[in-house]
Amino acid sequence: MIECRNISKIYRNGDNETVALDGASFSVRDGEFLAIMGPSGSGKSTLMNVLGLLDSPSSGTYFLDGRDVSVLSEDELAEIRIRKIGFVFQSFNLLPRTSVMRNVMLPLIYEGVPHARRSELAEEALRAVEFPESRWNHLSNQLSGGQMQRVAIARALVNAPSLILADEPTGNLDTKTGELVMAAFRKLNLEKGHTVILITHEHDIARYADRIITVRDGRIVSDFPNRDVRSA
Amino acid sequence: MLFIDLIQETYIALTTNKVRSGLTMLGIVIGIASVIAMIAVGQGAQKSVEDRIQSIGSNLLMIRPGAARSPGQTVSQGQGSSTSLSLEDADAIGREIDGLSAVAPSVSGNYQVVADGSNTRTSVTGTLPAYAAVRNVSMDSGSFFTEAHDARRAKVAVIGPDVRDELFPDETDLTGKKIRINGIDFTVLGLTATKGGSGMDSSDDVVYVPLSTAMQYLTGSDSLSMISVTVSDQALMDQASADISSLLFERHGLSDSDTADFRVMNQSDIVETASSVTETFTLLLGAVAGISLVVGGIGIMNMMLTTVTERTREIGLRKAIGAKGRDIRKQFLVESVALTFLGGVVGIGVGWLTATLLTKFASVSTSVSTSSVVLSFGVSAGIGILFGYYPARRAARLNPIEALRYE
Ligand SMILES: Nc1ncnc2c1ncn2[C@@H]1O[C@H](COP(=O)(O)OP(=O)(O)OP(=O)(O)O)[C@@H](O)[C@H]1O
Ligand SMILES: [Mg+2]
Repeated sequence: MIECRNISKIYRNGDNETVALDGASFSVRDGEFLAIMGPSGSGKSTLMNVLGLLDSPSSGTYFLDGRDVSVLSEDELAEIRIRKIGFVFQSFNLLPRTSVMRNVMLPLIYEGVPHARRSELAEEALRAVEFPESRWNHLSNQLSGGQMQRVAIARALVNAPSLILADEPTGNLDTKTGELVMAAFRKLNLEKGHTVILITHEHDIARYADRIITVRDGRIVSDFPNRDVRSA
Repeated sequence: MLFIDLIQETYIALTTNKVRSGLTMLGIVIGIASVIAMIAVGQGAQKSVEDRIQSIGSNLLMIRPGAARSPGQTVSQGQGSSTSLSLEDADAIGREIDGLSAVAPSVSGNYQVVADGSNTRTSVTGTLPAYAAVRNVSMDSGSFFTEAHDARRAKVAVIGPDVRDELFPDETDLTGKKIRINGIDFTVLGLTATKGGSGMDSSDDVVYVPLSTAMQYLTGSDSLSMISVTVSDQALMDQASADISSLLFERHGLSDSDTADFRVMNQSDIVETASSVTETFTLLLGAVAGISLVVGGIGIMNMMLTTVTERTREIGLRKAIGAKGRDIRKQFLVESVALTFLGGVVGIGVGWLTATLLTKFASVSTSVSTSSVVLSFGVSAGIGILFGYYPARRAARLNPIEALRYE
């Protein structure tokens, strides 16, 4: 359960003030599949960072599962991130000079999952995004943009988090692979009831979601259910 | 995070930039190696000084003529220049002092010694057979002279190995050979065993003759150069020393210590003085080497700070995924400890090798002690923690979002 009340984020650089979020309020039920759309610079990634407990809002309150997260310590936030949240970054953020396998396993390492179980889960996640098995042991900097993106998605899915936050997960993928990734998200959403929030520019992709929120200049300008949900 | 993962992460991080890790480690290797080698040299010196002093004889008191020097008084009349000690003094000591196991009076001087056309100038000691026991003189071949030799002022001599090398370099059996000391013929009775030591004080570069013979033919005087005394028990050393002093005061008709015309030297005092000097020497060497260890530690800190900066994005990512501050701190701390620990192991090996080579090729006596190895281990691991802590803490405190944006 996500509930945002009047969330603002203002970046100050000397005299320069950028209002990235301007009083956004909305809530997301468990098991919802939500798409966030909006022009570049409208504050989508900023919102995602707040939802993912990476950044704190300048004002307003964010309740995650009924708890006000502003009172939590750094360690408690890290604990929630590792157990509950799978993050797909807009810029992939893979570990450089590290194998695909190890990249995908990274959350499992910090979660303290036993070794044997790790490779099982990592292989499962890589198969779900159809990452070619021949490249599992390649280094992350030897991959194409689309391959990197799939590794980043596999990493977000690997410990089956109950909240998946994906910032333009299909931006570098061709239509077919993009649909495949969406199918994987949809499957988690339908079969396991995990909440998925994704940012996208493409209406085609947004149509997978149950609900679409549009952001402009840090404000939510529309929020309505998607009447013709595309099935995977 | 499991410990094995920590080790694996460290391995990956250190092998990613092998040259840099190697060079940083080299600083620690040099530091630890020099600490080990320097302390080995210092302790070797200490040990050889102690061994030499012990080889003079155990539980030994030496009474020499000459004014006692009070502290601060720098001018002395020259050791042994006075003629205050007599054979009667030695007899009185042997008779009246309790707890002594042997008393050996001696005279000594430097004389020209000639044999078969070779000659050398060496120290000739005239003494009694007891001297051999008191001063740990053992025989290599032949025998020491006896009381009977002394009683009849026999012109017999026992020579040290250095003198043998000078006079009879090719001979094995010396018994019966003739040598001339100060123009007088002596018959060689035997050869003493090597005791080691070098320079003026060598107990190998010496000729022993009976005391009465020496007094009659060489020194031409009744005064002694020294009385060496063995005390039967270590615990009685101080008592014996005091007793001897008061006996001699009485015999010489003296009243207070300012006018004493003899000195009683306690061997354990000499050992203590000598080892305090070598201890200071060891400490000094260790301190100099310690400085290079600190420099090595600063190298570690420098590298770790660079690494943290270089890997800012990576740290941001790890934290964003859910790594706690302490996971990151541990990772960087283990990395620096691994560097210093490996450097320490290699450094101990190199230091030990250096000490061994020094002994072998430069004949510097060395002694690598377990304590210095354990100490260096501890110090190198400690340096890893000390100099790794600040960079690790810096890494752990990075804000994930800012770190991810870092270019
Ligand atoms: N660290 C920062 N410091 C200052 N301004 C920032 C910072 N991060 C974001 N901004 C500003 O906040 C605004 C929103 O940025 P954000 O990254 O959320 O946009 P976005 O909607 O994700 O855009 P895009 O679709 O291009 O990814 C932008 O105007 C950006 O310049
Ligand atoms: Mg963005």
